[in-house]
Amino acid sequence: MHTLADGLRLSMNWMDSLILVIYFAVVLGIAFAAKRSVHTTLDFFLSGRSLPAWVTGLAFVSANLGATEILGMAANGAQYGAYTIHWYLIGAIPAMVFLGLVMMPFYYNSKVRSVPEFLLLRFSRSSHLLSASIFAVASVLIAGVNLYALAIVLQALLGWPIPVSIVVAGLFVLAYIVIGGLTSAIYNEVLQFFVIVAALVPLTVLGLVRVGGVSGLIDKVTAAEGTQFLTAWGGTGFGQDNPLGANWLTITLGLGFAISFGYWTTNFAEVQRSLSAKNLSAARRTPLIAAFPKMFIPLIVVLPGLIALVVQPNIGQPGSEYDYNSAIPLLMAELLPNGVLGLAVTGLMASFMAGMAANVSSFNTVFTTDIWQAYIKPGKSDAHYLVVGRVITAVGVVVGIGTAFIAASFSNIMNYMQTLFSFFNVPLFATFILALFWKRMTAQAGFWGLLAGTVAPIAFYSMYRAGIVDMSTDQAVNMTSSIIAFAVDVAVSVPIALATRPKTEAELAGLVYTKADARTKGELQKGDDAWYRKPALLGWGAVALAALCYVPFSV
Amino acid sequence: MSEHPDSPQEQPEAVARSGAGKLFDVRTVIGGLFVVYGVLVGVAGLFPTEEGLAKAQGININLWTGLAMLVLGGLFLLWVRLRPLETPGIPGSGD
Repeated sequence: MHTLADGLRLSMNWMDSLILVIYFAVVLGIAFAAKRSVHTTLDFFLSGRSLPAWVTGLAFVSANLGATEILGMAANGAQYGAYTIHWYLIGAIPAMVFLGLVMMPFYYNSKVRSVPEFLLLRFSRSSHLLSASIFAVASVLIAGVNLYALAIVLQALLGWPIPVSIVVAGLFVLAYIVIGGLTSAIYNEVLQFFVIVAALVPLTVLGLVRVGGVSGLIDKVTAAEGTQFLTAWGGTGFGQDNPLGANWLTITLGLGFAISFGYWTTNFAEVQRSLSAKNLSAARRTPLIAAFPKMFIPLIVVLPGLIALVVQPNIGQPGSEYDYNSAIPLLMAELLPNGVLGLAVTGLMASFMAGMAANVSSFNTVFTTDIWQAYIKPGKSDAHYLVVGRVITAVGVVVGIGTAFIAASFSNIMNYMQTLFSFFNVPLFATFILALFWKRMTAQAGFWGLLAGTVAPIAFYSMYRAGIVDMSTDQAVNMTSSIIAFAVDVAVSVPIALATRPKTEAELAGLVYTKADARTKGELQKGDDAWYRKPALLGWGAVALAALCYVPFSV
Repeated sequence: MSEHPDSPQEQPEAVARSGAGKLFDVRTVIGGLFVVYGVLVGVAGLFPTEEGLAKAQGININLWTGLAMLVLGGLFLLWVRLRPLETPGIPGSGD
């Protein structure tokens, strides 16, 4: 088990605590106000629907900017250097643009509420049950990663042992979800975005001053790790060596295509943010607007990771008391005086809670409606399902506590997260793409493709852990297993689809891209046709800007 | 306050809704929280400790962060005042 050193203990004073307490008061205040009566809940949603697309866009970024993302991407910065920007520029922006430009009209117009529900309509009950079950397992495992991330912060903060922190954090989240529920999620996410930025900017500025500015950072990192560490594509040719241990093809296909498209376009929590926008135009703009802040987040997340490497050169090395995950807590303890320190702790706690709440609440929704109500006990009263939902929330948190100990065995939690995505999101994306764009795709092919696509990367990963397959880094394994997941899914689906009978044209109406009203613009509101709100311009602008961001790391 | 009987043009229910909408306007929440944080952190910056300054590389980071948050929070509140939320069904509720 990796534990953080006592040197990270933060000396919080009353002001830091006050800042933290104020934040919880505001979050709970929103939650209580929203849940007080049905009428105010309606009001809440009314004003929610009239909010501009920038709000849903920031919620979209925030849903992904969890504590795992912040701690994990800083860890990647310290471990892989400038190669980490691949996760943002090639690993997020194109997929977000694809969601906004291509998939969103489809999602919005075909009125799909969840990904498993879509498979029920498009394929059959068996695919529905399979994908709902996979989703439930994935949610609980990812909830465990979130719990572990909070436990790291709590341990640094209060000096509690990791196991105690995990259990206390789990119970805390349970209380938070019971009180807050889903209603206030989007508000909290937008609020959280600004608090996180306010917390990380001072940290990055002080870190840069500490290592002698940008030039000092470049000099010191280059001296310690070589010039290649600060490039994005250096040594990514076949047979060459680089910190990531992956060649350009693995990066573009595995990370840029399979992992990232799988995550951004079929992840329930992300897609749901867009679906809650006021009309199709705003729904399409949600991921596109999100793409712009997303591009600059590495500046306050990956950069501190690099700074941590200079401040504590043995970070992540065998025998060191600091693992990669502790990059941000390390800098907080080293650099932040009381006041800003409270802000930083608040930002981490905020990001953690939002991520965990999204996980657990989407888990109980899918379990209750897509599994329990559909297959185990159909036709019961509403009160029955409400009780099931509550019980399963508690069960989800308890199981999440268990899986947090799995996460604790990984020195870099982002590696573990990506491993989970390659198991669960990538095959779902492959099946989804076939279902959407190929009308010949059948129910049987959907089921067996998804099953094989999920089992294959798990098998590959097991062989890697058992030492049968030799790969240089965990991330290279993740990218390769994502490609395997995608390829196996397609390879199994296509022959079965050709051998079985597809649904009739009438049954497919609204479920296949060519059949959906995918090219209608939807109902426009005043101002929606302004030139700076054109989805195509926003989307291609984001892609162009992302390409430009590569330039400093490529020459 | 808006349920005053002497104002025949205002419908109490609609106004109450618009009031709730304003309270829930995320810009108000962000602006309010940032102003409070800005004051708190800024005041910490007015009385810097030796230890804190040494940690922060000699920069009074609390003062700067506090000021920046105060400005950002103020801008959000100003935005709410200049462009109030348009609640559907209540035309021209700007004040």
